[in-house]
Amino acid sequence: MSAPFRLGAGGRIDRSRKLRFWLDRKAYEGVAGDTLASALLANGVHLVGRSFKYHRPRGIMAAGSDEPNALVSVGSGSRFTPNLRATQVELTDGLVAQSQNRWPSLGRDFGALNDVFSPLFPAGFYYKTFMWPKSAWKRIYEPKIRAMAGLGRAPTLPDSDTYTQRYAHCDALIVGAGPAGIAAALAAEAHGARVILCDEQAELGGSLLAETKATIDGKEASAWLSDALSRLSHSPNVRWLSRTTAFGCFPHNMVGLAERLTDHLPSPSEGRPRERLWQVRAKEVVLATGALERPLVFPDNDRPGIMLADAARQYLARYAVKPGTRVVVVTAHDQAYRAATELAEAGVEIAAILDIRQDASGSWAEQARGAGLHILSSTTICATSGRHRVSSVEIAPVGRDGKVGPRSRLACDLVLMCGGFTPAIHLFSQARGKLRFEERLNAFLPDGGAEGVRCAGASRGIFGLDAAIADGVAAGEAAARDAVGGGVEAAHSPVPLPKDLDGRRLDPLPHDRSPHRVKAFVDFQNDVTAKDVKLAVREGFRSIEHIKRYTTTGMATDQGKTSNMNALGIAASALDKPLPDVGLTTFRMPYTPVTFGTFAGVARGELFDPVRVTPTHDWASAHGAVFEDVGQWKRARYFPLKDEDMHRAVARECQAVRQSVGVFDASTLGKIEIVGPDAAEFMNRIYVNPWSRLEPGRCRYGVMLREDGSILDDGVVGRLAADRFHVTTTTGGAAQVLNHMEDFLQTEWSGLDCWLTSTTEQWAVIAVQGPDSRKILERLVDDIDLSAAAMPHMSVREGHVCGVPARVFRVSFTGELGFEINVPADHGRAVWQAVLDAGFSRSLTPYGTEAMHVMRAEKGYIIVGQDTDGTVTADDVGLSWAIGKTKKDFVGKRSLARPALSDPGRKQLVGLVTEDPELVLEEGAQIIAEEPTASHRSAPHKMIGHVTSSYFSATLGRGIALAMVAGGRRRMGETLYVPMPEGSIKAVVTNPVFLDPEGKRLDA
Amino acid sequence: MPDLSQARRSVLEGLGSSDGAHGALSLLPPISRLIFRGRISTIGRVAAAFGVEPAMEPCRAAVSGERAALWLGPDEWLLLAREGEAPAIIGRLADALAPLSYSLVDVSHRQVGLKVTGEDAQAILNAGCPLDLDRHAFPIGMCTRTLLQKTEIVLWRVAEAAFQLEVARSFAPYALRFLQQAERDL
Repeated sequence: MSAPFRLGAGGRIDRSRKLRFWLDRKAYEGVAGDTLASALLANGVHLVGRSFKYHRPRGIMAAGSDEPNALVSVGSGSRFTPNLRATQVELTDGLVAQSQNRWPSLGRDFGALNDVFSPLFPAGFYYKTFMWPKSAWKRIYEPKIRAMAGLGRAPTLPDSDTYTQRYAHCDALIVGAGPAGIAAALAAEAHGARVILCDEQAELGGSLLAETKATIDGKEASAWLSDALSRLSHSPNVRWLSRTTAFGCFPHNMVGLAERLTDHLPSPSEGRPRERLWQVRAKEVVLATGALERPLVFPDNDRPGIMLADAARQYLARYAVKPGTRVVVVTAHDQAYRAATELAEAGVEIAAILDIRQDASGSWAEQARGAGLHILSSTTICATSGRHRVSSVEIAPVGRDGKVGPRSRLACDLVLMCGGFTPAIHLFSQARGKLRFEERLNAFLPDGGAEGVRCAGASRGIFGLDAAIADGVAAGEAAARDAVGGGVEAAHSPVPLPKDLDGRRLDPLPHDRSPHRVKAFVDFQNDVTAKDVKLAVREGFRSIEHIKRYTTTGMATDQGKTSNMNALGIAASALDKPLPDVGLTTFRMPYTPVTFGTFAGVARGELFDPVRVTPTHDWASAHGAVFEDVGQWKRARYFPLKDEDMHRAVARECQAVRQSVGVFDASTLGKIEIVGPDAAEFMNRIYVNPWSRLEPGRCRYGVMLREDGSILDDGVVGRLAADRFHVTTTTGGAAQVLNHMEDFLQTEWSGLDCWLTSTTEQWAVIAVQGPDSRKILERLVDDIDLSAAAMPHMSVREGHVCGVPARVFRVSFTGELGFEINVPADHGRAVWQAVLDAGFSRSLTPYGTEAMHVMRAEKGYIIVGQDTDGTVTADDVGLSWAIGKTKKDFVGKRSLARPALSDPGRKQLVGLVTEDPELVLEEGAQIIAEEPTASHRSAPHKMIGHVTSSYFSATLGRGIALAMVAGGRRRMGETLYVPMPEGSIKAVVTNPVFLDPEGKRLDA
Repeated sequence: MPDLSQARRSVLEGLGSSDGAHGALSLLPPISRLIFRGRISTIGRVAAAFGVEPAMEPCRAAVSGERAALWLGPDEWLLLAREGEAPAIIGRLADALAPLSYSLVDVSHRQVGLKVTGEDAQAILNAGCPLDLDRHAFPIGMCTRTLLQKTEIVLWRVAEAAFQLEVARSFAPYALRFLQQAERDL
């Protein structure tokens, strides 16, 4: 089982730590330091997946996060992750991976028929074929196409891992720990900057990890690297993060990093988070993200065993893996000569180096020539063969006129290609940096425009080790200077591009076959070929954004890392436009896929959202309360006894309040204390009501409007002293009302001497309601005269309840005699118990929000937000009595003078009673004026209103509803119709106050 | 009639403090809290009556003995004192400030105090707080309203490695659980 393609020496691996792993149930052996890809290559395995659309066999093409083909699923059960790049999966002992998009097996895949029938699936095929019959699209074509085309399967179990998040700040965030990034980090640290250095790989070093010969500052590259890392690790100002991908650059230098914490550990570590999202706010960002090698576009360039040339070199240098035994190299760039030379030195046979160019004269080419490698210039590849692994290529010379000469065949088991390098400008572009096209590189380069973001090294076209390090130093110093100031005056001016730049190709290689028949892949992950891009242009697509969407090139999970430039080159040729005029598609986050878990962080289960509970929550919970969510609050909705359903529980609770006494937790009501000599004036301006003459100790029901005249909120307000008001708001409106008030106070009326303090959470509020409520209070209060004469309806007193300082309101939202006890919140639970204990054992009944809703509806009291929406005025709901007519102004007053707001045909609040008393209308149901007859049942009727609240009233023995009906107050006694699927329901318009319209019970 | 003046129950009762190995979290006992709002010209008299000179510099806390005054806004300070002292403070300030206008509201029960201490304090808080808590950016004595994940807090650095949090009562269980999780996830 030993890996036959592993060299005996070299590489950054630990041969003594053998790791066993599985791909598709076959066991292999790798060593510590391997990725899944390098371990597979060490075992001679190239075939690792099937392609997205045509199900073609695919192998490992790259060595890093740019890998388009080798997507695997890793893990099982609740720890299953699909679509991971094998090149980024660190090998662990016992790792279980599966190939994807194949059935029944990777070797024999039924879906490969798609390749045979591929003429049926040109670009945009789903817009052209499978159109008829129309109904088949949804039921047959789409589900089938979706099942056939694809990546890995989504996990089916809830993720058993946890995720965490952290915010961080720094002077300089350096993305990418290759030579330029490390140099930048050292320079920035030396100038006193707080530095975060991150890299997507397990080991920091980037291209240095595959440098076996180069020297830096007179040291071997690996020694320089370890010295540099040691220096950084000893600095208190540097945080380095490996296995951390900077996936997105957001406004104001917020950079999102995804750190993988546990996937590389041999066994899942229970309780440890799997990944951490870093949200880094950096004063300066240095992007040292390197460059991505470009494939060449030639017929059948996607067979397993066809790799990027420098990727192969990295496998050799870093993992000591020979990716093949007999190699054909095809290139348009000198870097491939380096790969060929190093592979040859390691004992790999180089069958030939085909250079599409007429002449290669760089130093790498010279070295290759010197090593006696067989170099064929002006030579192309016309075909490749080999079912699960490339076995030969057919090559042909290209004449000066571009004509392709006679073919010859070269046997091989590895083809290396290199079309040049594309600077990784993804993050720079996300940061809204400008790009310019550099002809000499055939690449887009950063061109300023992103504040506080600069690129260094290969990511801005500075290739070569020494140049990249110098550029990194300059970028690091400049970043430090801009972030922390100081004496450094380091202009980060671009190193001039080398004069002898040569090596770039965006056009497909010439060949002697029909361009309409061959598949020369551009986007490997989405199976887009050169002819697809040309087809899109022939069919009239001109914008690169449209060509991208039509062909799906660049839209796979790799976002076209290896394909975008080639696609752009082909599109530019087909459009006969210079490439910069065709433009570039938008770079979007994430750079590589990020798990949902990382974004969700701890926001799962009880940490999904704050759950706000009142001081009596535990008691209610223990007494079987059914809760409802009101915003983030949990409120007891009703308290069922034994096998009661809601209907019966609510009827019982209402009855208790109407006949004896009930107790209710109203703590969630918003509360604001308004204090100062101008408090009453402020109230006059913010509410429609007049407040100047309200005596201390008395309460008033207040209504406030938005500036447009619609109702914003309502609530009872108690005046505690001449200069102190205790305001209550609706539960959901509390924060909004405080903001509204504070806004006006600060911006419009800053001369008023009054101030606001939120007291919502200071007070626990226990409502005791019902004819017997005073008897309860009398048992608990000895310093307030609770008699009807001394404490009338709508009054407030300060005193003590069971020795606890309290504000006692005589108010009612039920229509009964009632009190609301306010005590400091920590005393709420004890006072609640005292109230229960004081209740005559026969009658005191806790009730919930549902009974509260029913009882207030019986009294026609509105709930803002339920009976009103953003269009309803005070008059619409019959509250014009509350408006202080003589007041000069209040918020919303001017809007009320608009004719539309006094139109008698506006929707107005009315009561509705159904003919059948047992019927309860549906809230939200529409109301029409004419009875629908059988003949025009489906005819459109004018909707004149809708039901806003509807309940069964046990007290009245019938269903009651509140509704907003056009011209409703003129319709008293009219019969209206509520059309429902089962037929329309007759309902009669009534006064919305169903119970005790004179309010005698309130004044008891 | 029972006397319940001492019968308090914290919203965090039973939720524990630190359960991580770091021991970084603790719950603070009840204290008196008052929101003072008024014009800057009143501050001199507040200082004399309260015994702490409220900071005029934004986002700074002034401390004297067991009392503190935290700047929360150009006209707003949070006054902290020992439990039970609120009524006396209200009385003393009323005497000292008359006839100036101001607002003083007892919010002792409105919020809950938590403390995060130790070398991991910053990291724990930064799990949900987006501010830069480096000691240069957030020095000892700095205080501010800010966010802890999905809840608002007042964050106050009381020592190099100690932060006090004031959390609205009903958000306190969420804040505590969040911090406990952040401590486990370090």
